Amino acid sequence: MSAPERIVSLSSDDDLQAWKREARALLKEGVHPDSVVWRVGGEGDLFASELGGTYAPPAEKVSIPRKAAKLVETALHHSGSGRLGLLYRFLWRAQRDRSLPDNMADPDTLAVHRLEKAVRRDAHKMHAFVRFRKVGEDDGRERYAAWFEPDHHIVEREAPFFVRRFANMDWAIVTPRKTAIYWGGEVFFAEGGRREDVPAEDAFEDAWRAYYASIFNPARIMTDAMRAEMPKKYWKNLPEAALIPELLEQAPARVAVMNARAAADDTARHTSRMLRVEPGHNSLESVHDAIRRFHAEELGDAVTKPVPGEGPPDANLFFIGEQPGDQEDITGRPFVGPAGQLFDRFLQAAGIDRSSAYVTNAVKRFNFIERGKRRIHQTPKAGEIDIWAPFLMQEHRLVQPKVTVTLGATALRGFFGRPVKLSEVRGETIPLPEELGGVCVPTFHPSYLLRIQDEGQRAIEERKFVADLEKARELAFA
Amino acid sequence: MSISEKTISKLRVLADAAKYDASCASSGSTKRDSRDGKGVGSVEGMGICHAYAPDGRCISLLKILLTNSCIFDCAYCINRSSSSVERARFTPREVADLTLNFYKRNYIEGLFLSSGIIRSPDYTMEQIVEVARILREEYDFRGYIHLKTIPEAAPELIEAAGRHADRVSINVELPSRKSLKALAPEKDRDGIEGAMAKMRERIDAFKADKTRRARKPLFAPGGQSTQMIIGADDEKDASVLRTATDLYNRHRLRRVYYSAYSPIPDAKPGMPAQKPPLVREHRLYQADWLTRFYGFQPDEIISTMENGMLDLATDPKLVWALKNQGFFPIDVNRATKEQLLRIPGVGTKGVAKIIAARRHGALRYDDLARIAASIRKISPFVTTPDWRPTSLLDSGALEARMRKPAEQQDLFAVAA
Repeated sequence: MSAPERIVSLSSDDDLQAWKREARALLKEGVHPDSVVWRVGGEGDLFASELGGTYAPPAEKVSIPRKAAKLVETALHHSGSGRLGLLYRFLWRAQRDRSLPDNMADPDTLAVHRLEKAVRRDAHKMHAFVRFRKVGEDDGRERYAAWFEPDHHIVEREAPFFVRRFANMDWAIVTPRKTAIYWGGEVFFAEGGRREDVPAEDAFEDAWRAYYASIFNPARIMTDAMRAEMPKKYWKNLPEAALIPELLEQAPARVAVMNARAAADDTARHTSRMLRVEPGHNSLESVHDAIRRFHAEELGDAVTKPVPGEGPPDANLFFIGEQPGDQEDITGRPFVGPAGQLFDRFLQAAGIDRSSAYVTNAVKRFNFIERGKRRIHQTPKAGEIDIWAPFLMQEHRLVQPKVTVTLGATALRGFFGRPVKLSEVRGETIPLPEELGGVCVPTFHPSYLLRIQDEGQRAIEERKFVADLEKARELAFA
Repeated sequence: MSISEKTISKLRVLADAAKYDASCASSGSTKRDSRDGKGVGSVEGMGICHAYAPDGRCISLLKILLTNSCIFDCAYCINRSSSSVERARFTPREVADLTLNFYKRNYIEGLFLSSGIIRSPDYTMEQIVEVARILREEYDFRGYIHLKTIPEAAPELIEAAGRHADRVSINVELPSRKSLKALAPEKDRDGIEGAMAKMRERIDAFKADKTRRARKPLFAPGGQSTQMIIGADDEKDASVLRTATDLYNRHRLRRVYYSAYSPIPDAKPGMPAQKPPLVREHRLYQADWLTRFYGFQPDEIISTMENGMLDLATDPKLVWALKNQGFFPIDVNRATKEQLLRIPGVGTKGVAKIIAARRHGALRYDDLARIAASIRKISPFVTTPDWRPTSLLDSGALEARMRKPAEQQDLFAVAA
């Protein structure tokens, strides 16, 4: 290979007119691409200034296949430094093989197509992601400004798009390398600027963010699709993108709440069906009697004692626990054992007077296994929860509380009639359908707090529990 | 002008209510711009997605309802009369102003307006048309407008919608008459299709009108589209695809959107509460594309289905190829365009590239590798002078290699 014969120097990387002028002159002379070295201003070659610009602009045009010229015209806007040599070589070869631009199997053609595609994509993203902020208004003509960071030299190329679209307002698009200004019906280009040159906000951005958050469907998360089309590099200049982490974080809980609401509806249906089957309960006493009868006659249970709920029939707050424990089974009253005592302390901490609330369990009898002399608590199975659900709903229907607090997973299952994950709904407030009324505040069962070994973690969970109870109190007595 | 908290909270409700409509396309209308006008707006042919939500959907238009109050009680719909969802209502002026202000900040391509039905279908349709009228006539808005039309409304109102809008749509809602009757008792398939047919007549007349474009009044230059909800009933993919084909043919629709039924807050009892069948939705779009752009007959795809359902684990084109192995391998240097379009892993653009490149001489394996998106995927189905697949007959191995495990396809779906 012979040494390079020509060094062509451009004043800057985006001096595309200069490149075209030089390339045309070289093509006209037929200079072989291997003999040309392209340099850009800042690259500090001593001879650059002497050798560069020595070509006079050619008088006649050189003939270049149209398709090749079009491809190069676009690809030239790419910011990659290697493109200058590649594009010259491509034009030189295309003059000798006119069908070169169509031959995607050729590595040069492929490379040029890739550059061209990258520029077009960048342009498309500019059309999409420029966000104008209002600067002011003169005689009814509005002024806007936007900060945008394109990857390639596309500001001049894409300004006409914004002129066509926003012909009747004045605007500026500021980018790090170049600024496009549209003023009084004409477009000008100036030096690049800084983000600070553009207002930091706009009166409509809150509304736009509200729209973005609301149009998003949390039941279908497809972040890959989002990232492919709206890559992260653009996020910092998109007012709506700041919401993405938050929206993703909340999505599972929102979906769980939807499911719980759907379940709540099923519960209502379930309730009304049951009311048809078992009419005539117009007092809590009547329901409590039905519980005792069902326990003794239908279940034929002679071992445990049925434990109905207790509290005023007009309570605003309705607590649902899991099932009676050892102590409750002996006394026949809900929430009197260790978990019950703990529950009382938390109620006090949250400012709730237990005697003003209705307290009951999803399951009305103690499920256990015997270990020697001790009776060990057994979590009730789904079937057990379901046979007691009608009685729970009867109690609920008669009390008509403003706030229903489910304590633990069994209570959730009993109340909603289907499995709902506690971890996904705890902390939420779930509106209940009209047939039930009020809202549901799902939280832990107090016995869960008893089981946490780590003191630090227990303190955290206890705070959440109290916060849930306080919220329930506020909702119930608001 | 600024925007009040109250407007923002209405926007929240009315955007939330609109999100179950899949369409957000802003493409396929006539080119125009604002240089000779007073207002803003341009349409450049290709649609622009101004943002993407974390659900992977493009946000191109301000997609809202004028009101989410509704006198109908469609089981799959969050806005049905028996739902306890929060209700809100915009005035036509509020929607027009919001659209314009979003547009000037380059947030959107335009408006997609729909509405719950209040008072009567005519009254509701009048309100929808009024928004478009304000935008077009008072603000000289040249951006994109998509109006949802109400099949029960008077023909002259639907006609007025077509004059202002780039695209109009009427949702067929469900694949079969039977499920429409069961889930949307107030709606009627004949009424829906009747309105589509009328719309088609007007659109055809507009297209046939040879008056110069600048002078003739526009009529829905972006055509009409519809949406079908998937998974709210027990209709099979075969029936969905047949219905879609029928609608494409009879009413010359530009698009049929498939929308996976998504559990909605406060759902009606009996509606499925599981996560939306997103993979199924995706496969239906692929099948739809095959019939419209790849020369597949719907029956060719339906014949490869098992129990009338598309394979969730494998795309329908590959399924067809695996079941029609006699068709392969295809010589990429001699095959017709129609044959090339059947190669799994090659799209319409890929076919165009192959045809352009082979004019320069026979394509060899390495040439193909440079052109193709994934040579690994297509190599079992093609021959070149220096490549001949060996494993094709051994279909078990091939299937194992091409298919991905079904659960992997589901990874992007939210665990609910």
